[in-house]
Amino acid sequence: MFVGPDTRLVVQGITGRDGSFHARQMLAYGTRIVAGVTPGKGGQQFDDVVPVFHTVAEAVAATGANTSVIYVPPGFAAGAIAEAADAGIGLIVCITEGIPALDMARVLPFVREKGTRLIGPNCPGLITPGAAKVGIIPGQICLPGRVGLVSRSGTLTYEVVHHLTRNGIGQSTCVGIGGDPLIGTSFIDVLRAFEADPGTAAIVMLGEIGGTDEQHAARFVSEHVTKPVIGFIAGQTAPKGRRMGHAGAIISGSSGTAEEKIHAFEAARIAVMRRPVEVVELVTGKLR
Amino acid sequence: MNLHEYQARDLLRAAGIPVPGGEVATTPEEARAIATRFGGRVVIKAQVHAGGRGKAGGVKLANSPAEAVQAATAILGMQIKGLTVTKVLVVPAAEIASESYVGLLLDRESQQPVFMVSAAGGVDIEEVAASSPEKIIRLAVDPRYGLMSHQALGLGLGLYQDFRQARAAAAIMQQLYQVFTGNGASLAEINPLITTPSGEVLALDAKVVIDDNELERRPALEALRDESAEAPAEVAARKAGLTFIKLDGNVGCIVNGAGLAMATMDLVKYYGGEPANFLDIGGSSNPDKVVSALRIITADPNVKAILFNIFGGITRTDDVANGIVTAMRQFTVDLPVVIRLTGTNEAEAIRILEGVGMRALSDMDDAVRQAVALAREAA
Repeated sequence: MFVGPDTRLVVQGITGRDGSFHARQMLAYGTRIVAGVTPGKGGQQFDDVVPVFHTVAEAVAATGANTSVIYVPPGFAAGAIAEAADAGIGLIVCITEGIPALDMARVLPFVREKGTRLIGPNCPGLITPGAAKVGIIPGQICLPGRVGLVSRSGTLTYEVVHHLTRNGIGQSTCVGIGGDPLIGTSFIDVLRAFEADPGTAAIVMLGEIGGTDEQHAARFVSEHVTKPVIGFIAGQTAPKGRRMGHAGAIISGSSGTAEEKIHAFEAARIAVMRRPVEVVELVTGKLR
Repeated sequence: MNLHEYQARDLLRAAGIPVPGGEVATTPEEARAIATRFGGRVVIKAQVHAGGRGKAGGVKLANSPAEAVQAATAILGMQIKGLTVTKVLVVPAAEIASESYVGLLLDRESQQPVFMVSAAGGVDIEEVAASSPEKIIRLAVDPRYGLMSHQALGLGLGLYQDFRQARAAAAIMQQLYQVFTGNGASLAEINPLITTPSGEVLALDAKVVIDDNELERRPALEALRDESAEAPAEVAARKAGLTFIKLDGNVGCIVNGAGLAMATMDLVKYYGGEPANFLDIGGSSNPDKVVSALRIITADPNVKAILFNIFGGITRTDDVANGIVTAMRQFTVDLPVVIRLTGTNEAEAIRILEGVGMRALSDMDDAVRQAVALAREAA
């Protein structure tokens, strides 16, 4: 879902430290990287296999790239998102952490007007095990299968995927939507896609404190999702008013608490796991 | 990053918002001198990063320079929500005819800056929002166009029937929007916005929170940071490139990734323990970061056991294990340590750690249970 054999990926920031490392990881996983972009380095070849362009528009014109992944520094990342959207890219995945929220507030309407899907920022990207990965999710912990997973975090996602894989439960697609307060793709967007995806039989949703996205997702599940959903909320022990690493993981006043979100999940008949390991038992029960 | 009231007032004043005079004092004698300059009748306000100053006794009216000394003596050094007051703002006492609330924040749901204004000002706006939400006017601003003048006037008319005052308030809204976008704020608030008996509209108190992600490109704002107003351990952590938040428990936690760090703390609680902190060490296996993390955590006397929880996805766990071993050679820890490593090369990682006599596991639940038990034994 979202990525697969038709994905033609352009890596923005391919010559940087993170971009080059993860470009090699993605190539090794079998993702089709058709281009890289680093302004000023157009004309070079990355690892002798990927042509580098100055701009995304040039990359699209020369290679037919349809998906982009962004590893550029935070001060330039919103500009990189806008550039990809303007070049006609259909799916943008922004890994960069630390983008000013007002930059995102300005670029999000532009992305929507272009009809582009943005995943992230401050996210690990996504993977369809066995087909393609776009981002930084370690491929070796995943297994092809029928469980769709959507999450606001990185390593917590890996923890849960690892439990599934170790118990022989494969995943259809794992999507990290990002830990920032302003993001391009919400839980609801991914839930809607999983509901429509014939390859997905059950859905795991990993949320955390802060905001109301999980509460809205819970209502969406009760009204529009027929597949079983298993949920988790991180941050039950988080104090109020403190940003727990992720810019979006903050309880403001009395809203956005773990209790409130768990309650919303339970009201929507989402099976709530209290510990990451419980995912195995709950998913197995639902898939039976 | 929270700004102090006096810093926020400076930003508002620089944007043209009418803000009454005021000066900062760090001693009662300075407060007396400032009060004398302002003609005697002043308000002394604690400058501390905590809400509820008034209720905590951190805001006092003084009718004379002598009373200003008394008030400043009482407030300087007082503790508000665990923070010591080292500065007071001395402002001339204002004649108040009415109090309103004006807030501008970046709203997650609409993904836009949103004004919240209310004629019911001078009080906790969250209480107003909960008890009588109809008293709050909300307006989302498209950041591509900014606050348009008719929108600003609409907000002003929502606060004041007097057209002159409404127009003055509208100008203040425009200026506040400039403060917000020009400084990369996530919140800019005037509470209260007052009218005086002669009809002037003034910003009496200001609060501005800067988006931490803006600070790198705004060194002038970073320079406003008051490290004396933050917990020393959190200052040290930030300088070491770690995210650290102190809590009251006794199990110190060192975790890679924010989501997994929260889930680890929750699991400590699930197994009957209490986490001592949130600490995200990030994805590297750099021994320097491990040393910094250990130094920060062991400085807390409540900590009785240390739990590492590292998921090595891209980072190989044997690299992480070698990093921990190197760090432990540089920084000896007298507390029990439990290390959980999972991911690429985990068997090798555990062999490395066990080879130097450390408790190493691959299962998160097992590791948390052990750490909770060890902390309980040591307590």
